[in-house]
This record gives sequence, C-alpha cells and structure tokens, in this order.
Amino acid sequence: MVGLIGKKVGMTQVFEKNGRVVPVTVIEAGPCKIVQVRTPEKDGYNAVQLGFGSRPAKRIPKPEMGHLKKSDAGTLRVLREFRFDDGAFEAGQTLDVTQFEAGQRVDVVGTSIGKGFQGVVKRHKFHGGDEAHGCKTKRMPGSVGASAYPNRVIKGKRLPGRMGGERVTAKNLLVVGVDAENSLLIVRGAVPGAENGFVLVRKAVAPRRAS
Amino acid sequence: MELLKKVEAKHLREAEVAFRPGDTVKVHVKVVEGEKERTQLFQGTVINRRGSGLGATFTVRKISGGIGVERIFPLHSPSVSKIELVKEGQVSRAKLFYLRGKKGKAAKVAEKRREGPSS
Repeated sequence: MVGLIGKKVGMTQVFEKNGRVVPVTVIEAGPCKIVQVRTPEKDGYNAVQLGFGSRPAKRIPKPEMGHLKKSDAGTLRVLREFRFDDGAFEAGQTLDVTQFEAGQRVDVVGTSIGKGFQGVVKRHKFHGGDEAHGCKTKRMPGSVGASAYPNRVIKGKRLPGRMGGERVTAKNLLVVGVDAENSLLIVRGAVPGAENGFVLVRKAVAPRRAS
Repeated sequence: MELLKKVEAKHLREAEVAFRPGDTVKVHVKVVEGEKERTQLFQGTVINRRGSGLGATFTVRKISGGIGVERIFPLHSPSVSKIELVKEGQVSRAKLFYLRGKKGKAAKVAEKRREGPSS
C-alpha cells in the first residue's frame, strides 16, 4: 500500500456493537491517478507521484499541463509524492481506498487551521498571570530574558506570533471503516485542518506495538 | 455534508419512533452483566430532545421512590434496543426542565387530547 490524497469531509460519531461511541473523521480519499513513477535507477528511490481533485485547465500552469499530459492524468488539483517499498506501479494507473482496511493504523497529514497572530498563552500554553487581586500580567509573556549579559533575547524564545496554518501529522489513527463505493475512509479521532482541506493518508510510519 | 450523511446512515436507528417532549416512553436498554445480557426498562416522561444525526439524544425523567431520576439516552445507540410510546403528552414547550422543581400533581404532563370526538 502506498497512500492517498484526500479531502476532509468532516467529523461525526459511530457506535460500536456494545453501544460505545467512537468519534470519527470522514475523509474522501482518492481515487488518485499515478502521474509519475520514481525509480531507484533514475531518481535514487521508489515513489509514485499521485494526483487528486480537479481544476479548470486554464488554471493549470503550462509546464505543469505538459507534465500531466505525459501520463494522460487529466486536470488534477494536487500532486504529491508517496514513497513505497515493494510493488510495481505504472503512470496512468488509479489507486483507491481499497488499499486500506478497517483495523489498520494510518498517519494523516494536513494543514492546521490558521489562528492568526496569537499571544503566548494560546500559542505556547503559558500559564499567564493572575486574573484578579490587582494583577496586571493577565496574559502577558513575562520576562523574556536576563539583563546586561547576554544583552539579547535567546534564539527560539517562545513569543507571540503566527499560529496554525502549518503542516501537521496525526499519527497512528485507527481506520474504523472503508467505504469503497463512495471512496470514503473513516478514521478514529480528529485530523488536522479545516473541512474540505486536503490531507495525505499513508500507512503509519511508527505504529504502536500490538497491545 | 452529503457524504457525512452516507456514513451516518448505516448507524441510524432503522425504525424511528416518533415521540416528542412531554410523551411518556418505555425505553428498553441492553445491560451486560458479566457475560449475560439482559434488557432493562426505563419508563418516564421525555423532557428533552437534542441534536441531529447520530449524535441525537433524549432525556427521560421519572420519579422513583419519591426521588426524581433522569437518564440521557443516545437516540441511535444500539444499546437502546427499543423505544415504546406509552402516552402522548400535551405541552407547549420543547424543553420541560420546569418539571424538575415540581412535585406531585404539578409535575404531571397533561395527556394529549385526541382529535374531535365523534359525537
């Protein structure tokens, strides 16, 4: 199995047979066209470039259009590379959700929801100051360093700034169900990013040992 | 959203029972005791229905030994095996939380008047 590009549909919950509620995220995963195959001989490693979604032809840069035409893949929206260990793939082939099965662990990569410029309490989980008793440091970062020595703020000091909107990987999510008919993948728990955002699904790279 | 509904459809209760706040219902709950599974009954007044889709729940209130007892059931949970409508109530609001402060006759919900007597 290689992986897939998908779209986050949203979250809901399902019931286990004993009535236990499982929170799940539904991902519309694939079908993905293989646009290009990377080989050890030519590129030094094994990978496939997958494409997903669609966009108007006039929105595709001409060089990219030429690249897509080589594999006759159509007007794809997102192109991403996935490494694989074994198996043979050919450009033009289509991959779908059937490569996943319920009970398996996967990693889901997405772009987290952008939070804008945030303070230190939200961004770095600082505790903040006292909220009452005349305290004036409610959500302030406090001291950012020493004085004459080193006479500067140390690099990497956690300060306010842009938060979210970055690549996040949710690891070891349990596949609860696969709906091949609608190309849906149902995983337990939350997945990074907003609804309708693009996500990459791949086999868990560091699965927990069987428990 | 359409796709979400497709996922939920598989878990939705097949025979939806139509009941509203104020109605008296009998809820059959599956209880697992050790290895045995048996059905427990909980009869009372529906005082709340909330949520949509698979996350919908309803609250049933009854007076047990002089003490008010409320249970919240997930509407589509497989452990709720059956919901029976015992009596329809006539109420003018969706949430009957005001029943909590009432005792005796004041805590009763009027039964729904049936449409036009034939006479």
